[in-house]
Amino acid sequence: MSSVEAWFGALPGLLNYWVAIILLVCGLIIVMDSRNLIKKLIGLNIFQSAVFLLFITMGKVSQGHPPILPSIPRSIMPAAISNFSNPLPHALILTAIVVGVATTAVGLALIVRIRRAYGTIHEDQIADKPEVEPEIMP
Amino acid sequence: MINTVVDIGLLGLLLATALLMMRSQSPLSITILSSIYSLIICALFVVLDAVDVAFTEAAVGAGISSVLFVAVIRHDDEPSNNKRGNNKLGNDAPELKSAWPSGLSICLGLALGILLISGTADMPLYGDPAAAIHHYLAPRFLGQSGAEIGIPNVVTSVLASYRGYDTLGEVVVIFTAGMAVLLLLAFMPDQKIKSEVEGVSTTKRRGKPPRLWSRRTPLIANPVLKTVLLRFVPIVILFALYVQFHGDYGPGGGFQAGIIFGVGLITFGLLADSEKLQNVISERMVISGMAFGVLLYGAVGVAALFFGGNFLDYSVLSESQTAGQHLGIFLIELGVGITVASTMLSLFISFHRRHFNQSQDEFPG
Repeated sequence: MSSVEAWFGALPGLLNYWVAIILLVCGLIIVMDSRNLIKKLIGLNIFQSAVFLLFITMGKVSQGHPPILPSIPRSIMPAAISNFSNPLPHALILTAIVVGVATTAVGLALIVRIRRAYGTIHEDQIADKPEVEPEIMP
Repeated sequence: MINTVVDIGLLGLLLATALLMMRSQSPLSITILSSIYSLIICALFVVLDAVDVAFTEAAVGAGISSVLFVAVIRHDDEPSNNKRGNNKLGNDAPELKSAWPSGLSICLGLALGILLISGTADMPLYGDPAAAIHHYLAPRFLGQSGAEIGIPNVVTSVLASYRGYDTLGEVVVIFTAGMAVLLLLAFMPDQKIKSEVEGVSTTKRRGKPPRLWSRRTPLIANPVLKTVLLRFVPIVILFALYVQFHGDYGPGGGFQAGIIFGVGLITFGLLADSEKLQNVISERMVISGMAFGVLLYGAVGVAALFFGGNFLDYSVLSESQTAGQHLGIFLIELGVGITVASTMLSLFISFHRRHFNQSQDEFPG
């Protein structure tokens, strides 16, 4: 019984990192394997979120709290410090998520232009086809 | 204990969703799965104490990503595209049925995965307070930001003050991405708009970008949806303002508020006719808002220089250090919020431009 508890108590261990790596590999396989450009872009998003998960996992402290300081006197604060999770990865990943959606939008805009020019967003068909519509910039 | 169970359960759900996404071939179902994926990873961020990150992920995953992907997928239903034949995203793929990826990419992926997993042997265990990451910058941020910055949310302190340069860079990236989308889509040659819909000759319009919206066609014409959702718009916008101005004290801030504000206006744009949306906020306002936010951020930095401090050192902006930091963080968060909200709105307008220009029968209620 105690060995089961010990095994379970240590359980998250490295599991979060492994899942992040498996997700990263999933994203990479989608990018390599799919011929549909929209699916490729979603594969990139999965790849990206795996990195986010890795960073946030590293910032976690056991029995920790979200890094929002309580309104208690500062004199008794230092004892509680180790109980906050690390705010630095949070600040980095927060901006990365918003930048990620903006860059995804650039990818989607490129897909729209590719379909405009080739009439398809399927890679194999793009390779076969000549450009159907020459681009005219105003 | 309960934390562990929830963590493992969410990790399992995350993996299952990713595998389903790998298998699915229909772009619409992949988009919906990616929305679910986003929800699960958002819950996981809450379990990992990253409430600000979870907030951002929720707003992005539920609000913006799916709207943009669906907008691009729906472009295929346009009659002008269908004339050219096999254009439907779902139908042009030879392997329309669900299928596992090919052996070669799985082998390459497995090789990479095994390499990386063997590398995790050196990583600190989950939640280990002795890990190196917790001993370098975090003690300073957690221990002294209360006295130095004076706001409870340490993530906001780090984001807006300690690492203000980074955030300025990120805001510039968002601005640049928004501009790139505008350049890619606003100048796209589009005979349908030029000749059939607007009835304006091509030569007249050449030289300036076509108007982004010109028809009175709501995208959602269903009366029930319209009635219910329209009542949500002011609440969403009010919530965005709360998130913006309460970000110093709780989870939230300019990035989240900008996205939520953008989502509120996007919902209004989907419901109301485009004329009304243009009355609320014009194209020019959206595009200048993108630049204004970045400029406001930069201006606060330059103002600090004139007050005798370093670039983006807000302590000199007011009489006391914490008052100056409060003022500086308030202003730059406002700049971030304005840029993010305008960029999200301009992305929506760019991708939905053709839908705004299409006739009513395209969107039956």
